[in-house]
Amino acid sequence: MAAGVATWLPFARAAAVGWLPLAKKTMPKPPVDKKSRSDEILIVNVSGLRFQTWKNTLDRYPDTLLGSSEKEFFYNEDTQEYFFDRDPEMFRHILNFYRTGKLHYPRQECIQAFDEELAFYGIVPDIIGDCCMEEYRDRKKENQERLAEDTEAEMATDVPLPPNSTPRERLWRAFENPHTSTMALVFYYVTGFFIAVSVIANVVETVPCRPPKGSVKDLPCGEKYSVAFFCMDTACVLIFTFEYLMRLFAAPSRCKFMRSVMSVIDVVAIMPYYIGLVMPENEDVSGAFVTLRVFRVFRIFKFSRHSQGLRILGYTLKSCASELGFLLFSLTMAIIIFATVMFYAEKGTKGTNFTSIPASFWYTIVTMTTLGYGDMVPNTIAGKIFGSICSLSGVLVIALPVPVIVSNFSRIYHQNQRADKMRAQQKVRLARIRMAKKGTTNAFLQYKEDGGLQDHDSDSAALCLKNRSSFEHQHHHLLHCLEKTTNHEFTDELTYSEMCMTESVGYRTSRSTSLSSQQVVSSSCCPRRAKRRAIRLANSTVSVSRGSVQELDTLQVLKSSAVPQSRSSLNARTEDLKLNCEQRDYTAAIISIPTPPANTPDESLPPSPAVPGILRNSRSISSFTHETVKISSL
Amino acid sequence: MSIQGMELFAIVVVIILFVAVLKQFGILEPMSLEDSSDSDLELSTVRHQPEGLEQLQAQTKFTKKELQSLYRGFKNECPSGLVDEETFKTIYSQFFPQGDATTYAHFLFNAFDLDRNGSIRFEDFVIGLSVLLRGSITEKLNWAFNLYDINKDGYITKEEMLMIMKSIYDMMGRYTYPSVRDEAPSEHVEKFFQKMDRNRDGVVTIEEFIETCQKDENIMSSMQLFENVI
Repeated sequence: MAAGVATWLPFARAAAVGWLPLAKKTMPKPPVDKKSRSDEILIVNVSGLRFQTWKNTLDRYPDTLLGSSEKEFFYNEDTQEYFFDRDPEMFRHILNFYRTGKLHYPRQECIQAFDEELAFYGIVPDIIGDCCMEEYRDRKKENQERLAEDTEAEMATDVPLPPNSTPRERLWRAFENPHTSTMALVFYYVTGFFIAVSVIANVVETVPCRPPKGSVKDLPCGEKYSVAFFCMDTACVLIFTFEYLMRLFAAPSRCKFMRSVMSVIDVVAIMPYYIGLVMPENEDVSGAFVTLRVFRVFRIFKFSRHSQGLRILGYTLKSCASELGFLLFSLTMAIIIFATVMFYAEKGTKGTNFTSIPASFWYTIVTMTTLGYGDMVPNTIAGKIFGSICSLSGVLVIALPVPVIVSNFSRIYHQNQRADKMRAQQKVRLARIRMAKKGTTNAFLQYKEDGGLQDHDSDSAALCLKNRSSFEHQHHHLLHCLEKTTNHEFTDELTYSEMCMTESVGYRTSRSTSLSSQQVVSSSCCPRRAKRRAIRLANSTVSVSRGSVQELDTLQVLKSSAVPQSRSSLNARTEDLKLNCEQRDYTAAIISIPTPPANTPDESLPPSPAVPGILRNSRSISSFTHETVKISSL
Repeated sequence: MSIQGMELFAIVVVIILFVAVLKQFGILEPMSLEDSSDSDLELSTVRHQPEGLEQLQAQTKFTKKELQSLYRGFKNECPSGLVDEETFKTIYSQFFPQGDATTYAHFLFNAFDLDRNGSIRFEDFVIGLSVLLRGSITEKLNWAFNLYDINKDGYITKEEMLMIMKSIYDMMGRYTYPSVRDEAPSEHVEKFFQKMDRNRDGVVTIEEFIETCQKDENIMSSMQLFENVI
């Protein structure tokens, strides 16, 4: 119920006194209202901007944040006000909603920001008043389209193939996204070339060539060099047929493929040739055959696979179907009206061209589109008057729906451009994120080196440590806790890859420790093949949990001293490690950390060079911990 | 001759278009002489300011704070300070979505609109509320009698009562249990008259009404129910 109605409720209840003398039964007891009815002014402080309103105003909508007891969470005892750390400009509109009962959408605000504010305050956007509803809906739709397109674009091209795809899937992929492999690209350009050749041949073969010796009449080139043209046509058709069959074979859903527009165009483009082959050289039939040749020109539509602009045009026309339909309808009406009028106006003239109403259609169309060929001209005064009205109105009727179509095309085209730009930006963004992650990892490792894990109060604490912010300290403490929990340590890419290499080298001289774990290590160094062997990680975890704390500390010290990660020092470290097989297994386990164990099969490793950023490490470490727990419980 | 006919037609069309163009330019005076500028002056704000707070305090039994709160709500809903009948009907109907409350709202409107000028001002509103919520039992009964007495002649006839009763049953709507029969209002009126009409003269006067109600325990006890609505 609207806010206003809530105000009138006490009145309606009071008016119920009028029913009392008539009542057949006794009246029920009214609900007891415990809270005080006196109205008070509340202060709502939104990021410094103080709003004041009656409590009643806010109580009008009890299912929102401000109308319910939820706002008590934001009450500040010291200043006796409700403090919200949100946008004060937006809050103005929210509060106006309470006051007037109508929610307005501020046009200069971002639609998502507005939606977020509404969601925070618990207001459903559906109650936006009629004055602003259209604008709101338009912008929301635009935004959603944009987001949908972006996610689509993301998912579409750059997703790497799953490793175990059939040749059929790969073929289909090659057809749909030519830039994924060189073969596909070559094929793409070859077909494009042949389409162009075929179209040009079709055009050139009708051009009159110099007649052969002994003849006067000009001959079209097609007949003069008929063999050459025939060969070229055959070649093109062979290529097209081959392409069509390959696509048909590779298509995931053959029925759907056969019904798609592009496949129909393909079929129509190559059919005339085959029909021409089987058709006998009959005079009567060849007339029909000539008509079929017209369909060869459809080959030009095959270019739409190669050109995005063409596709956009086609899509625009499809999406403006209603406007086009309206245009056609209004044109037809106008044509019929004016044709009729012109016919009757010109009926009396001798030798007139306006022999019938359908004959006048031609005049009307030519006039309305302002072509004015001049082959049909009115002679009478009435005819001329109506002819001029016809041409004036023609301009109007055609000019009106055209801007709608144009704006549609422009919108779709720009969206497409934006999608491409977004993809480029996305790459840059991802690179930046990776660098940030790397930075954080490095910060933590640096922290450890600087002895941050030791007691802070000791005087020997390095100066650089003290300069770090408390946020950093807490963050590093958190990471340290994680390390302690899982009994593993964070390391960085360089160390990891070097260790990987040295380990694979080092294990050639194998020790008596469990061979299986070694095998695990050497193969799990390279993450790509890690998944299959993930289960064998179980063995190494068992050895890890046995690792004592002392060994951990020694390892730590070793690690922190290995700042210059030259090969020699690493070798030295591995030498140290060789002393204790338990430690070795420990390192082994560290190295095998980044491989996701079997219980998270959905996490595919990113193809980019493995950056053991915190996220990945923690993810795999945490899942690793699960395995540890499981095994020890057995 | 058809040709001359077409020429005539063409010339007529040309003249019409010409006149249309001239009208657009405002050169040709429109044929209708009525004052079209009247509609622009409709903006005359019919605004009403209530009497002062002290006066209202004297006239009603509300405290200052209550009056302030009431006025704020009232002014929020009706910025012009007046409630006309249509608005009143719309508001009241919203409380009874199942039935048709417009007839009863009409009677209610007349009961509140003390000076019968077609709109309820804040004073009427607040005086009525004062009677209903803070008045004595006699005052409330007086108010109810005033409501039932449609033509305000001091007598409730059977026809008046029937109209009131029908409007109340209309508010119930179609979906009731048990279903409202067509005779239900008239039966209810009969019962009412049997109870109220002492001298069986077919009308109920204010004295009969108050006397009967004061003797009825149910009515007396239920009169207290709505005291704490505000």
